[in-house]
Amino acid sequence: MANKPRVAIFDFTGCEGCELSQLNFEDQLLDILAQVDIVEWREAMDDRADEYDIAFVEGALSTPDCIKRIHDIRRRSKVLVALGSCAVDGGVNAIKNLHPIEEVRAEVYGKDQYLFPTLPALPLSAVVKVDHNVRGCPMTQGEFLRLFTALVMGKQFAEPDQSVCVECKLNENECVFERGMICLGPVTRGGCNSQCTNFGQYCIGCRGLVSEPNLAGMAETLASHGLAMDEAWKRLQLYNAYRLQGVRA
Amino acid sequence: MSRDLDITVKHLTRVEGHGNIVVDMKNGVLHKAQLDIVEAPRYFEALLKGRSFHEAAIITSRICGICSLGHQLTSLKATEQALGLAVTEQTVLLRKLLVHGATLQSNILHAYFLAAPDFLKVKSVIPLVGTHPEVVLRALRMKKLANDIGDAVGGRAVHPITCVPGGFTHVPTAATLKDLRRKLVEQMVPDFLATVETVASLAAAIPQFERPTEYISLRSDGDYALYDGDICSTDTGRVPDSEYRRMTNEFVVPHSTSKHCRANRTSYMVGALARWNNNHDRLCPESLQAAAALGLKPGCTNPYMNTIAQVVEAGHCALDAVAIIDKLLDMGPKLETPNQEPTRFGTGIGSTEVPRGILYHEYTYDRQARIVKANCIIPTGQNLANIDDDMKKLVPEVVAVKSKEEITSWLEMLVRAYDPCISCSVHMLDVEFLE
Repeated sequence: MANKPRVAIFDFTGCEGCELSQLNFEDQLLDILAQVDIVEWREAMDDRADEYDIAFVEGALSTPDCIKRIHDIRRRSKVLVALGSCAVDGGVNAIKNLHPIEEVRAEVYGKDQYLFPTLPALPLSAVVKVDHNVRGCPMTQGEFLRLFTALVMGKQFAEPDQSVCVECKLNENECVFERGMICLGPVTRGGCNSQCTNFGQYCIGCRGLVSEPNLAGMAETLASHGLAMDEAWKRLQLYNAYRLQGVRA
Repeated sequence: MSRDLDITVKHLTRVEGHGNIVVDMKNGVLHKAQLDIVEAPRYFEALLKGRSFHEAAIITSRICGICSLGHQLTSLKATEQALGLAVTEQTVLLRKLLVHGATLQSNILHAYFLAAPDFLKVKSVIPLVGTHPEVVLRALRMKKLANDIGDAVGGRAVHPITCVPGGFTHVPTAATLKDLRRKLVEQMVPDFLATVETVASLAAAIPQFERPTEYISLRSDGDYALYDGDICSTDTGRVPDSEYRRMTNEFVVPHSTSKHCRANRTSYMVGALARWNNNHDRLCPESLQAAAALGLKPGCTNPYMNTIAQVVEAGHCALDAVAIIDKLLDMGPKLETPNQEPTRFGTGIGSTEVPRGILYHEYTYDRQARIVKANCIIPTGQNLANIDDDMKKLVPEVVAVKSKEEITSWLEMLVRAYDPCISCSVHMLDVEFLE
């Protein structure tokens, strides 16, 4: 390829686990590097650049500085990809939005709380246009490779919109509810090949909601499997606190 | 040779998270030499409030991707102590195996991908793909195998799936364990020995700088303490982990969104070098031979040697992983129902050695097994005061004999040697830094 796409990788408020997952493509990393020019990636290299064909952005926005930086990155990027639950949906960071901000700050800082400004945690799409999402916490590696390939080859990328249950059934797992546990699979967007339920754990909802989730039905199902109603909503909010703001009193 | 020096490295590269190095010297008087931590806030202690014991480890894992396994296990230990949940021998062995995988992965990632470019005078690992392909391929092979341990036992190396209060939701089959064992013996051990040779050839580039400080790590009677142990200080000896607040003393400083810590001096060091200084007598012979080859001696006071201590430790993790797999195979791995029936509701403390040093979690639960109070103390936060103290000694020592570029490079290497994990350290604070 004459001109390789110029790729940059950025991180905001998050754990950098999605970036680490990129370094964890040990078998594909050298092939990936052959297809693109990585022009900026603070976690792995010293170089800086001005313009990018593709910007991969991890993390939620939670300070005034974050907002300034994401506008700047958007201006300089042809394609902007939100990487992982924090960037796509605000992630677990957004749980703090559910509590009065004064309470959150006092809990952590005590008497020093007014030294430290903070904003509610926001997904990237609340502030700038996002072209594509790679969901999951950490990001689903297979989905990243599918999107990466589509972008490099100039092909379409369609985001999955079926529930995790579809993939879980195809994997012939015993339903998690049948095993005496609870599960968020019915309202959670698939594309992860039901990775957690394959390993005996319940779906924690890290890929966000399907486009038309039956939330009341989900909460009732959780309650009928032993959770108090407020606990049921808390479990739903683990990864969906931003999307579910105002959905339930 | 100037007596004035003004260095600002904004958003230091090849570290996890966001930090700035700031040095200000006028007329030979050092006004400032410090690492500013500018990472955004996380507020995890507040996020945990009111959450079920099932979710504590899921949430705290998200403090940091690199240290996710360490946070999970430390969180589970705190929860299990608070709720009186006993775990089986198989659970402890599987967790220790996971710790070895995660420590190996992290140490290899740091030595090859983040630190090595400094020794070879390049800006990242990417140019090394062309100039030193066999070394990069070896690094990827080692990293992958270390992650394979996480995948096989944890379901996934970053934010593992299977570790839950009271046990595991899935256990690897004997065949999977045998396959891991074979690869560890046939591939990881030779790769480790080759790594020692490569690092030995670069060891001359390690800056000579000594500053004795207090070294704190876990220590246990049985093994090289990673999963469990007492808190051990080179100044004051061993105390149980219930004394952790007295050994950390967190305090706020204006130039860092992460709190600082101190114990018996103005600062102390945690991490691989502290573990080496406290526990070298517990390492396997192969690691001790590697230490001798790399010039790492007991009582080492050069913080740049932390990277070397990480390499030395990697050999122990590989070989002890083999020993643990042998035990698991002897017992015959079997799926056990996790013990999730609380026998009490109270406060519990978990402490483990994660790659960057001791990690503490403490939770208090109510009678619905929901978190009332949480506290997490992170290794990088414990190291920050020590990094500042190192800089304050280093800069005056070298200002007359080195160029600004050389000093900047040494300072960057110093911070990287600690392998700081800034996301972790700033799990709770946020400061807008204004000059």
